[in-house]
Amino acid sequence: MTTHSVQFNIQIGDDLTWNVAPLLHEVKHALDNLIKNNETTIIDLRSIPLAPGEEDKILNILGQGEIKAQLYALGQSEIIETQYAGVWIVSHYNDENEIMGRFIEITSMPDILCSQTEDMIEARNHLSESLKEGQNIHESSVEKSA
Amino acid sequence: MTDIPEGKDETLGDVLRQRGISRRSFLKFCATTASMMALPPSMIPTIAHALERAKKPSVIWLSFQECTGCTESLTRAHSVTIENLIFDSISLDYHHTLQAASGHAAEEARMAAMEENYGKYLLVVDGSIPLGNPGYSTIAGISNYDMLMETAKGAAAIISVGTCAAYGGIPHAKPNPTGAVSVGEIIKDKPIINVPGCPPIPVVITGVLTHFLTFGTIPELDHIGRPKVFYGQSIHDRCYRRTFYDKGQFAETFDDEGARKGWCLYKLGCKGPTTYNACATTKWNNGTSFPIESGHPCLGCSEPEFWDGGGFYKALSMPTEDISKTVIYTAAGAVAAGVAIGAIQKGRKNSAVASHSKTTIDDLEK
Repeated sequence: MTTHSVQFNIQIGDDLTWNVAPLLHEVKHALDNLIKNNETTIIDLRSIPLAPGEEDKILNILGQGEIKAQLYALGQSEIIETQYAGVWIVSHYNDENEIMGRFIEITSMPDILCSQTEDMIEARNHLSESLKEGQNIHESSVEKSA
Repeated sequence: MTDIPEGKDETLGDVLRQRGISRRSFLKFCATTASMMALPPSMIPTIAHALERAKKPSVIWLSFQECTGCTESLTRAHSVTIENLIFDSISLDYHHTLQAASGHAAEEARMAAMEENYGKYLLVVDGSIPLGNPGYSTIAGISNYDMLMETAKGAAAIISVGTCAAYGGIPHAKPNPTGAVSVGEIIKDKPIINVPGCPPIPVVITGVLTHFLTFGTIPELDHIGRPKVFYGQSIHDRCYRRTFYDKGQFAETFDDEGARKGWCLYKLGCKGPTTYNACATTKWNNGTSFPIESGHPCLGCSEPEFWDGGGFYKALSMPTEDISKTVIYTAAGAVAAGVAIGAIQKGRKNSAVASHSKTTIDDLEK
């Protein structure tokens, strides 16, 4: 898995802040809650004091599962289902690939992956205009014949 | 397709749509904004709803005795970031570093914005105000004090950006040759939000603007006027090196074993225990790191009188100087208030000269 953290010349001991294990327990409880009550939990990794290397440690423990999606909106975002189904890592970057936010989402599907109603309305209007003008159909047929 | 209004009726949602930003991008924007404002992720839908309908507020930005570092902090980002999206969503009607107009045209723009948005505009101030002599710092021949008094009258709220505007900062440092004071020492009848730091973290500046845009109110403040959401916890309490402090493991010099192992920098003068800011969690340069993570003690730049806190490399033995000194005056008018403050400043200046101390190279090598 690609991470964009900066490496520091500091010897990293075990559990510098002791926040790694409690955080993983919180993820476990959130997964319980998702299974029993269908309730989503989002944990903002920026809100927790973590030593250099500890975020990578959490990400490595959670690992990578079956899905890795990339989103291009205001820079890149990476949405990964971890090896634990229902536990996702959502990382947002700006267009210079600098990390803007990283969340652990405990959900069956992160909201940001779903098509949004407003975008679908906009898309329908665009498609409708294109069909009226006949541009897309004409251009596609020209491409095919070429 | 819906028509998008232009000008001051524009909402943030309109601005984003004009820039071709999809709803999905907007959700990403709201998620990172919630993170920036230290709000729980469950607030993301509320932020999305409010921001989409938020109107562009008029902002007048006055720069007094300052180094432009605060403006640099905010505008340095070259890419599409939360900072510049928020910055684009305000109507910045006066900022003499950024605006194209100069001289009379610039001042006319300020007067026009004040008239058009009287009682509604946000006033942002960076830099301290010299009361020793009006000639120490002027803009278009107007003293900083007069310009502040004139512009503050019609402001809905004032944001004092940077330690200079919030508490006097470096110009206020002993022996305070210009008689520099903060905005809060002059203006007493407007809500003032202090956003200290030298400079403040850019997302903290925009976080306060975002809060105003989202909720239409000023955020909850601490006892010295700072938004609790960013300044509610000490650097020490949120520092990843805190466990070393608790275990009594300290770096004694910048190149000893403790320094290499990333132990606590308390003995090297770290002001983390008495400094309240978001550096340890929000970090700098888009979340890359913060001074302690780079191996340097916190200087305490968001605290009042940080420059006179007893030496950057001297270990804390007690909190820095109490800053709850305020100027009390009646409604006798701004001029009288100015005279009163000026008199107090003279007294302060004399005592500051007497107690002025210098950091030498020997101090750094200790």
